[in-house]
Amino acid sequence: MSYLIAIIAVIFLALTVLVVSRLQKVMKGVNAVSADGETRPEGNKWNAAMFLIFMVLGLIGFVWSYLHTEADFLPIASSVHGRRTDDLFWFSMAVLTIPFIIVNILLFYFSWRYQYKAGKKATYYPENHRLELIWTVIPAIVMALLVFTGWRAWSDIMSEAPKDAEVFEIMGKQFGWYVRYPGVDNNKLGNYNYKLIDAQNEMGIDLSDENSFDDFISTGELHIPLNKPVLLKIRARDVLHSVFIPHMRVKMDAVPGMPTKFWFVADKSTAEMKAELNNPDFDYEIACTEICGTGHFSMRLRLIVEDEASYRRWMAEQKTFLETYPDYLAKVPDNLKAKAMKYAPAEAPAVANPDSTTAQAGGGMGTSASFR
Amino acid sequence: MSTLSTGTDVVVYEEEHVHHDDPNFWRKYIFSEDHKVIAKQYLITGIFWAMLGIAMSVVFRIQLGFPDADISWLKPVLGQWISETGKLDPNFYLALVTMHGTIMVFFVLTAGLSGTFSNFLIPLQIGARDMASGFLNMLSYWFFFTASVVMFASLFLQTGPAAGGWVVYPPLSALPQAHLGSELGMSLWLISMALFIVSQLLGGINYITTVINLRTRGMTFNKLPLTIWAFLITAVLGLISFPVLLSAALLLIFDRNFGTSFYLSEIYIAGEALPNVGGSPILFQHLFWFLGHPEVYIVLLPALGITSEIIATNSRKPIFGYRAMIASLLGIAFLAFIVWAHHMFVTGMNPFLGSVFMFLTLIIAVPSAVKAFNYITTLWKGNIVFTPAMLFSIGLVSFFVSGGLTGIILGNSALDIQLHDTYFVVAHFHIVMGAASAFGFFAGVYHWFPKMFGRMMNNTLGQIHFWMTFIGVYLVFFPLHYIGIAGFPRRYYQFTTYDFTSSYTDLNMFVTVAAILTFFAQFIFIYNFFSSIFTGKRSPQNPWRSNTLEWTTPIKPGHGNWPGEIPAVYRWSYDYSKPGAAEDFIPQNVPYSQTLESNLPHENEEIKMEAEIEAQNFNDQFDQPH
Ligand code: HEM
Ligand SMILES: [Cu+2]
Ligand SMILES: [Cu+2]
Repeated sequence: MSYLIAIIAVIFLALTVLVVSRLQKVMKGVNAVSADGETRPEGNKWNAAMFLIFMVLGLIGFVWSYLHTEADFLPIASSVHGRRTDDLFWFSMAVLTIPFIIVNILLFYFSWRYQYKAGKKATYYPENHRLELIWTVIPAIVMALLVFTGWRAWSDIMSEAPKDAEVFEIMGKQFGWYVRYPGVDNNKLGNYNYKLIDAQNEMGIDLSDENSFDDFISTGELHIPLNKPVLLKIRARDVLHSVFIPHMRVKMDAVPGMPTKFWFVADKSTAEMKAELNNPDFDYEIACTEICGTGHFSMRLRLIVEDEASYRRWMAEQKTFLETYPDYLAKVPDNLKAKAMKYAPAEAPAVANPDSTTAQAGGGMGTSASFR
Repeated sequence: MSTLSTGTDVVVYEEEHVHHDDPNFWRKYIFSEDHKVIAKQYLITGIFWAMLGIAMSVVFRIQLGFPDADISWLKPVLGQWISETGKLDPNFYLALVTMHGTIMVFFVLTAGLSGTFSNFLIPLQIGARDMASGFLNMLSYWFFFTASVVMFASLFLQTGPAAGGWVVYPPLSALPQAHLGSELGMSLWLISMALFIVSQLLGGINYITTVINLRTRGMTFNKLPLTIWAFLITAVLGLISFPVLLSAALLLIFDRNFGTSFYLSEIYIAGEALPNVGGSPILFQHLFWFLGHPEVYIVLLPALGITSEIIATNSRKPIFGYRAMIASLLGIAFLAFIVWAHHMFVTGMNPFLGSVFMFLTLIIAVPSAVKAFNYITTLWKGNIVFTPAMLFSIGLVSFFVSGGLTGIILGNSALDIQLHDTYFVVAHFHIVMGAASAFGFFAGVYHWFPKMFGRMMNNTLGQIHFWMTFIGVYLVFFPLHYIGIAGFPRRYYQFTTYDFTSSYTDLNMFVTVAAILTFFAQFIFIYNFFSSIFTGKRSPQNPWRSNTLEWTTPIKPGHGNWPGEIPAVYRWSYDYSKPGAAEDFIPQNVPYSQTLESNLPHENEEIKMEAEIEAQNFNDQFDQPH
């Protein structure tokens, strides 16, 4: 509603300009030319005044629109580094708002203040090295400050992930994401090869690598543990994509043929966020921010941040890739078959249960081993 | 050379002039080698592309602001791209975004702006009969024209024009099976751009040669108007960076058609693993942005040059800090080549490299700041005349400041993680590049229209046009910052898939309405421009009481610009409101010996140089028998 009012205001403003200018024309008659052939500026007064009006309305509009839209900004980041970049962002914004306002005000004020007056002569003022030095040095100092804080944050964010980070692989494709978990027995992802991709093995998991046996894949969501470093290994299998987790302040391109990575620590769970926003439907989301074709705008992946215990529980319930597609046992080299059998479903349902319990128990041991 | 022999040369020239002056219609208006005609050709083509490009943006803004609207009424124009239910096809949405970007950046703000004003003003302001090579200059336009025809034709393809964004990143753009817009449309895009680059190179070589070799007597580099400095540096930027884009495009053509793997590696698409390995999509981005960043300055610097001239003239004051203005132009141009990777902070490049590029990027803010401050000081204690050109120049300064400041945020790689490829970037570059350069373009047209057509544009309509556009641009692009801070990604067909983009439906609507109003305001300009060509008031000799040389030519300069000798130049072009002078301007061709009352002490020294200047070679192309 308020926008409608604003729109109408604009139209009216434009109309006012039109009317004023028409009046000017009528009052002045057709373009006055003084005796010495000098053309007197037409409409100078109202244009000068418009700069003042624009300045005042602009300032009001700036403050008002900010207050009005702020409510829909993303909430404070849910990741450790995200809060740091948030702070840095708002700090830089505050610093830069000062020149934004001052310079624009000077520009509009001077335009109004020094408008043409008959008989007045402008001041011949071609240079002043002191002044120029001042306004070279001051921006340079401010820039140095911003570079320094930005560089420190950037280096920390881009540093190597801690050894104990939980590793996930996320692969973009037209138009969706595949997530591969390192499985319950070791915190290691098996190899992949794009030539192995087929209708079932969508990520090209290489089953001649024993680390792949306990890996599992999901397409609808990514579960990560709370308060624990998480390392995303990012790749794409067809064109460029980009992993964007707005609430975590995470973004990294997914490039075919060149794996990338990003690590972070989420420190607010989905449940906490639901409570905080008083919105039971809230979900963290992962989006694509590199144009990748028709479905670019709809590559939603849910991100579920949960405490470590429930995360482990969820992990244990998942079926490994081999369990889902036992046919792929054929691709396992003979010397590793025995090991792989552990992750494949047993023929008889009677044996299946004990089998999966073993897998769970083993999972607990395996992961704790990798913590070391 | 003695005065006597120059005198004879002039006679020769006048004889030659007679048989020069009578070309047939085709040679005079179509395949003309006269820089003024070529400039107008660029201008008209640029205006055509601008209207088309902006109209495209209105269509996709409607999609973003009113996603549920039934736009069947566009079916007569867009045909198959509107579905049965009156919805815009998502593929065509991307095609529109891509074409809008390509057209506005390359065809309007590069060719339309530089092509018009470098061509028109360089010979007139440095005192030359024409460009160094009129033929290459003509060729430059016709390459651009051909590029335009190819690009225009691609709009009508069954599969649509290119649709991978104006940056055409592979593999999307390299694989026809990946995207409708990567089929024939992409091939035509590449061909068109290759032709376009040839055109830019031909033009650029000409601008540089002309400025270096054909300046009139006394027009030393420290007397050149800032417009010419800006055009010269722009041409150098283009000459160095456009060939890189050409090679990037050629390699992409190879990957598309000849099975090479420059940009392709480990790809599985459409149920098939491609054989290509070892290429790198990131390589393309490096090549593209090595042009792409200088390109944004190729677009902006001519506008800044035009503004410098207009602000000084209409403030009736010398430009403040002439030398600092040149130094900052040079600084910006140099830095423009070593900041390109700030467009690639989150492509997974080495973080150390990211730090280096952040550092270099933020340095570029310093010369930019100097320019802004110098403009403002030029206004201070001026006697400002608000011609439409002046209004647009002031608007440009405001945009340059407002948009440049957000560049400092984006140049900070830590902050760019969140902001990259969101609407924050869209807001940044539309204000600092799109709107600022467009305002430079308008300013230039309003200012030099009398020289181009011998008539004046309507002043009041120009002022109304300015206010509607100035307010409109801020209303359209300022809110995009908010949308960007909220994380909305760019190039999204709609925002309904995600919860985090479910807000701001009314703000998007507002932006769309503002965009439509601003679009319609441009018809005031179109009307004013075309009607003034035929019915505008006749222009006086020097309508803005300006110092530069173009106003010493006849009101409608003919072939060769000056009927007699080319005037010599004795002073810089910014002697406005000089203390002691009777008038508030002293044109560049007035010697110091005639202005004893207003000369500064060191200028009296220069009086003895005058004989020397006058004795110099005429440097007159038409003096040579040819
Ligand atoms: C203070 C000076 C400036 C700085 C520090 C700066 C910085 C940046 C950065 C870091 C980006 C990349 C943002 C991203 O994609 O995440 C960017 C984008 C852009 N800038 Fe600037 N900028 C400045 C001035 C300018 C100027 C003067 C122009 C044009 C005349 C310009 C035009 C652009 C364009 C066109 C893009 C977006 C390209 C695209 O992704 O499509 N910038 N700027
Ligand atoms: Cu995408
Ligand atoms: Cu850039």
